[in-house]
Amino acid sequence: MMNTFMEIGSMHYYLATIWFVLWGVLWAVYFILDGFDLGVGTLLPFMAKNETEKRTMLNATGPFWDGNEVWLIAAGGVTFAAFPYAYAQMFSGLYTALMLLLFALIVRGVSFEFRSKVESDTWRKVWDTCHAVSSFLPALLLGVAFANIFRGLPLDETGFSQAGLFGLLNPYGLAGGVLFVVIFIMHGALWLCIRTTGDLKARAERLAIKLWPAQVVLTVLFLTYTALDTQLFSNYFLYPVLFAILALPVAGLVLMRSYMGARKWWLAWGSSCLYIGGTALFGVAGIFPAIIPSNPNPGNSLTIMNSASSSLTLGIMLGVALVFVPLVIAYQFWAYKTFATPIGEGDIHY
Amino acid sequence: MDVLMLSRLHFAAATMFHFIFVPLTLGLSVLIACMETAYVRTGNEMYKKMAKFWGKIFLVNFALGVVTGITLEFQFGTNWSRYSAYVGDIFGSLLAIEATAAFFLESTFIGVWHFGWDKLSPQAHATTAWLVAGASNLSAIWILIANGFMQDPTGYVIRNGRAELTDFFAVITNPFAWLEFFHVIPAAMCVGGFFIMGVSAWHLLRKSNVEFFRKSFAIGTSVALIFSIVTAVEGHLHGNHMSLVQPAKLAAMESHWETQTNAPLNLLVIPGKDGNLVEALPIPGALSFLAYNDVNAEVKGLNDFPKEDRPPVLLTFLGFRIMVGIGTLLPVLALFGWVMRNRLDSFPLYLKILPWCIPLPYIAIQAGWVLAEVGRQPWIVYGLMRTSDAVSPVTTGTVAFSFVLMCALYTLLGAAGIWLMIRLAKKGPDDHSPIQVQAG
Ligand code: HDD
Ligand code: HEM
Ligand code: HEM
Repeated sequence: MMNTFMEIGSMHYYLATIWFVLWGVLWAVYFILDGFDLGVGTLLPFMAKNETEKRTMLNATGPFWDGNEVWLIAAGGVTFAAFPYAYAQMFSGLYTALMLLLFALIVRGVSFEFRSKVESDTWRKVWDTCHAVSSFLPALLLGVAFANIFRGLPLDETGFSQAGLFGLLNPYGLAGGVLFVVIFIMHGALWLCIRTTGDLKARAERLAIKLWPAQVVLTVLFLTYTALDTQLFSNYFLYPVLFAILALPVAGLVLMRSYMGARKWWLAWGSSCLYIGGTALFGVAGIFPAIIPSNPNPGNSLTIMNSASSSLTLGIMLGVALVFVPLVIAYQFWAYKTFATPIGEGDIHY
Repeated sequence: MDVLMLSRLHFAAATMFHFIFVPLTLGLSVLIACMETAYVRTGNEMYKKMAKFWGKIFLVNFALGVVTGITLEFQFGTNWSRYSAYVGDIFGSLLAIEATAAFFLESTFIGVWHFGWDKLSPQAHATTAWLVAGASNLSAIWILIANGFMQDPTGYVIRNGRAELTDFFAVITNPFAWLEFFHVIPAAMCVGGFFIMGVSAWHLLRKSNVEFFRKSFAIGTSVALIFSIVTAVEGHLHGNHMSLVQPAKLAAMESHWETQTNAPLNLLVIPGKDGNLVEALPIPGALSFLAYNDVNAEVKGLNDFPKEDRPPVLLTFLGFRIMVGIGTLLPVLALFGWVMRNRLDSFPLYLKILPWCIPLPYIAIQAGWVLAEVGRQPWIVYGLMRTSDAVSPVTTGTVAFSFVLMCALYTLLGAAGIWLMIRLAKKGPDDHSPIQVQAG
């Protein structure tokens, strides 16, 4: 299982490294995009005061959530294609956590489509509750899972992780979960500032401004915890230039606050994107060349050297990615440009 | 129950559930795009109304198709991790290409389609309908190429303790995959056609929106007629190829035990454990002919395969019989409707039966997959890897927990979704209010 397929410095190694970077970028984009609709969903029962506001919130993310979720499918698919051993270990090792994540996403997807189809308060209440819970749960689970990956999973010689669901719920994992929930709520609140008007918008603004100090404190605490409890910084001390990556989330945080103050919500949301992307890349750069580091036995880590696909597959996939990903970005950008306007009468479809 | 059996059940339930919704997505998306194009071409508001009415039902179906697909994408890792590690070099890339080339397109533009009625020009809106339909069918190509690799692996070499890709072109031109594609897509068009026929018949019988549903019916019945014939003819070619590469599946689907030249097709068969309990009404040479287009060809029987290489006979056999039984019935039903499409009022019995025929193509499709997948056993990748070597090293409890939860969840959501679709279908095209429920 743990054979090494490649020499460091070979063509194969560079291809695998490129895919490692792309893999990290895919997850980062997924967090950026699904992050705000999960955040809005989590806020649903707390922010919306009446039926109109509820529908406004749902339709604020309505045209985008499905396209956003595909970044998760793509990130999963790329893990499978580029690092099949890591895919196999990661998803069988995190079996129950992953299934819970998927079930939550399932409930969430149908709750969008179902809730306004039937004229009944009970029916709507059921789906609104489902929607909120199934938005909160993925945020939490993703945070817990990725914190554990950054910290390292207990892999044995065969590579198989016996983490189990409860093994993941260690303090560091939970801290990651809380951080993700807060980040996504902030991201969602900023999105509401862009797409809503009036009273709802005013409340979203106040929430974002109030939440900001909490996000700063949590970020600092989490980084400190990371330095104490994980090996994530070792790459950074090895190659100090990597510390530049940390500038991204820091800049994101600072810009976010100043744009909030200036009431430039698109830019504030964009800064939040920068923060989320930067945070994800910070973690990913820390584990390289591992995809799933092993903790406590680093020797059992799943790295690009022992998990990657053949260079033929990596090469073909690179060609596919170079053609399709820019296309996807172009048409998703167009869709955002067309639909991410303040919500009016005609935009209520759910 | 052991992990292997549970994982098989888990996977079978997840895919079969996914495939309740997939065929209507594939078939109806194309028909809706045609309706919108007709609207753009003729300016006739009726076609726009059609696209909106069928589109509303479509969206509920689509949502269920999407969410059940997500589980599958990850289940190769959760339940079949040894499989994923062994063939991931080939198989994984096909799933990744499906996501980047098809799912993004489909999911982005379904949002645009849904929310874009007032924001886009009719031409642009019709284009998004075509993008959704095209992307859905494109996704079918990639997943069926992936499945084709499991049915008849090509383009690889065993190296570094796993299967590695050597010839991508051979993988994507695998005849088995394309035979599947050209069987599944017409089958999905049958689902779309019979769905429209059934719903239209229900309304025609009640004389509601007669113009609208007469026109819809004509579209549905033409599609159903053409594609039920294509499905059957292509199915035969598919069977020919399958007989060559998977002779054990052929023997199991016919419950054929003794190797024979000029093998007969028995119309009445009751399979048993080590032979047939009942075998009657033979058509001489028909099996040899159907499998190899030659009445004198030799057809290998199950007895000549080692026991550990035989697929489960009963399920494979039933899968085939049910599919072909329905496959024979569908063209007849569609032909009658097509010929009488302007005189439907005179045939209330036919109109009454049709809504009950909506499930038929669905059942045939599920039966077809049971035949294809159960008949492939005991191999997960035919001739290369056994299913028993593929399963993840996880505990029974882990799989059982997620299996039970999934079944409960899917049953609830599926029931709610199907109920919604039926209510929306019954409401007709003019009523845009939410569904009313009687209190108490
Ligand atoms: C012949 C067609 C076909 C087959 C055999 C499968 N699917 Fe499927 N799938 C589709 C045809 C399709 C579709 C028509 O493209 C769907 C259905 C509804 C939809 O929205 O797209 C879809 C949706 C869908 C999605 C959600 C995509 C999105 O968010 O838009 C995923 C992740 C999968 N599928 C994955 C799978 C996997 C891993 C399968 C294999 C076991 C599988 N599907 C079998
Ligand atoms: C969507 C339509 C499909 C249906 C209804 C379906 C049905 C089934 C069934 C009934 C089984 C259980 C067989 C058994 O264990 O006895 C199965 C197993 C399996 N199928 Fe499919 N299948 C479908 C598509 C696919 C596709 C497209 C793939 C791969 C790309 C696939 C991969 C598998 C795998 C990995 C297993 C589990 C291992 C095994 O039992 O061989 N299936 N499927
Ligand atoms: C009446 C003539 C038909 C014949 C001779 C026929 C033949 C076949 C054969 C031989 C297979 C198995 C191929 C394999 O092992 O992979 C198959 C599979 C299948 N059939 Fe049919 N079929 C017929 C009708 C239908 C109809 C009417 C439907 C649905 C509306 C249908 C849906 C399917 C599906 C979904 C599969 C599984 C996917 C595949 O392997 O292509 N078939 N068919």
